[in-house]
Amino acid sequence: MNRGTIPLQLKQRARRAYIVQLIFAVLIVAVFVLSMNIGAMPLAPKDVIKTLFGFGTEKQELTLFIFRLPRIVISVLIGMGMAVAGCIFQGISRNPLADSGVLGINAGAGLAVTLFISFYPSIANAPVYLMPVLALFGAAGTATLIYLLSYKKNYGLLPIRMILVGIAVASGINAAMIILQLRLKPENFQLLQIWLVGSIWGSSWKHVIALLPWLLILLPYIFMKSRALNVLNLGDQTASGLGISLERSRLGLLAAAVGLTGACVAVGGGISFVGLIAPHLARRLVGPRHEYLLPASALAGGLLIIVGDTLARWVLQPSEIPTGIVVAIVGAPYFLYLLMKSRV
Amino acid sequence: MSTLSSSTKSRYRTRPVMATLILFGGGVLLLFAIGLSISVGLADIKLSTVWDALFHFQAGQQKHHIIMELRLPRTLAAALVGAALAVAGAIMQGMTRNPMADSGLLGLNAGAGLALAICFALMPGTPFLLMMFYSCLGAGLGAGLVFGIGTLSKGGMSPVRLTLAGAAVGMLFTAISEGLTLFFRVGQDLAFWYAGAISGANWLQVKMVSPWIIVGLVAALFISKSITLLSLGEDVATGLGQRTGLIKVVGLIIVLVLAGSAVSIVGAIGFVGLMIPHISRFLVGVDYRWIIPSSALLGSLLLVFADILARMVNPPQETPIGALIAVIGVPFFLYLALKQKGGMEG
Repeated sequence: MNRGTIPLQLKQRARRAYIVQLIFAVLIVAVFVLSMNIGAMPLAPKDVIKTLFGFGTEKQELTLFIFRLPRIVISVLIGMGMAVAGCIFQGISRNPLADSGVLGINAGAGLAVTLFISFYPSIANAPVYLMPVLALFGAAGTATLIYLLSYKKNYGLLPIRMILVGIAVASGINAAMIILQLRLKPENFQLLQIWLVGSIWGSSWKHVIALLPWLLILLPYIFMKSRALNVLNLGDQTASGLGISLERSRLGLLAAAVGLTGACVAVGGGISFVGLIAPHLARRLVGPRHEYLLPASALAGGLLIIVGDTLARWVLQPSEIPTGIVVAIVGAPYFLYLLMKSRV
Repeated sequence: MSTLSSSTKSRYRTRPVMATLILFGGGVLLLFAIGLSISVGLADIKLSTVWDALFHFQAGQQKHHIIMELRLPRTLAAALVGAALAVAGAIMQGMTRNPMADSGLLGLNAGAGLALAICFALMPGTPFLLMMFYSCLGAGLGAGLVFGIGTLSKGGMSPVRLTLAGAAVGMLFTAISEGLTLFFRVGQDLAFWYAGAISGANWLQVKMVSPWIIVGLVAALFISKSITLLSLGEDVATGLGQRTGLIKVVGLIIVLVLAGSAVSIVGAIGFVGLMIPHISRFLVGVDYRWIIPSSALLGSLLLVFADILARMVNPPQETPIGALIAVIGVPFFLYLALKQKGGMEG
């Protein structure tokens, strides 16, 4: 490879990344519109557009603005958050199988929320803005535990050990949660059950507002750090050789990923495998450089969840299955496929 | 096995005296635990009444009815299931030489659960015996998938990879079962399964399941010697004249019958098959002729005591026994996982 081809390749790659991102964005918008049509009360595309511009009937406006739009917006946001978090987990641990659900971080966030709910009179009145903070504490605690158990001096984070520890921690937390749930009133129990399997239940504008600031602050920070992530992905020795202050970048990125996970779980429940699939999909299309990979993952994640959510509402009309189940049915086989391919 | 037992390496030692002690002591303790389990509960019943109810049953006595209709079947179910899960785990660990083998970790329980979900959702009113059969088939499906992925993997079938595959297969099956139960609104019927609960066990189930579990346990004892040889490695076993293929098939069938029928009564209880064989091996040494019976006993003990605890933690509600056992099982699993070579090499 001579000197001339490298910049050209980079240019090509950048162009390719922009095209991929554009396609994802267009797809998201398309599914978005489609998703607005679908539900217990179907709205024709014509009516959707009419209502959006303020010419719909009162009933149509209610359906669209109060019930449907916030839920769709949330599903895109959650997908983005989870996918970027997964991308960071995979990059930092150099582990293709990492995902906040597989690692048990979702479960930790869930435990914090469950604890809170079990002492709070009712879920419906629970302070929405507090939930992401609580979930964050749970997620951070779990992440710290996993980090400590799978970190080994001179080796760094041991990828497979990390997943094993994550699986163990997740099953422990799930057991604790089952025991806690018995304290709940039946109506709260039902809500919590649905939330835990990953249903986008918090579908009001309040929830959008609770989630949005996290993404607005953390995503730009992470995108800024994408070069550090590139270097970290090369391994500890290379990274420190290239002059990156290893621990600081790693901790900053990890904290950001945990923050994203906590906020997303608080609103969307335990959706696993998005953080696994979206980065892989994106990496196939735009290559391993995080400048392109992170935004592409975010878009892929958004697309994945909005499609999952639309399917969840559409396939089994009029009843719904939680989005998390749809995503898991796609995601678990993909995890197995990756496991078969990897040499770990 | 005499050459092995006289070996000076403590790794390969068997302790027949210790084993006999455990079998006798454990047996007595188990009888006591069963008595205790029958007497503890919402309506407190004296141990002497338990004795009377069992041996001098009087139809007029309300307490005797509670004992015979509610407490006894559930206690027996706990004992049977504990033995079944522990022995299934022991056989799997011995045959595959995988220290992390457990019907919960390797996808058997999840497969059985999926089969039950399909039964409840699509074929309501399936007789229990048939359901048990499907449950065994489901366990086979789970095991087949996990081991299939293990075999097809580039890196070979390491314990760690199998555990990861088991976890993913478990998540997949659970997601499908949850989708089915939510869609067909049979969540109530299946709720027991997710948490593992013994409270629903009735005489019919115990009568249906016990012959299978007992046959499975006895068969396990018969092949225990061959499993000891297999646990030394396939080459060694073949060299010593074992028909390893046959033994593996028989062992697999036993495991599926034991795990499938256990899950069909109590749902997903993990970690019993993981912990108990390790504890037995620590106590009685490496000979599966001793490990299997003591695993059966210790497994029964664990479940009967856990069941008592489940009723006492938060009365009047019952704590799911699967969750209680996971509280001990998870640290144990972590300990084993961190010892694994795959985890160390990264």
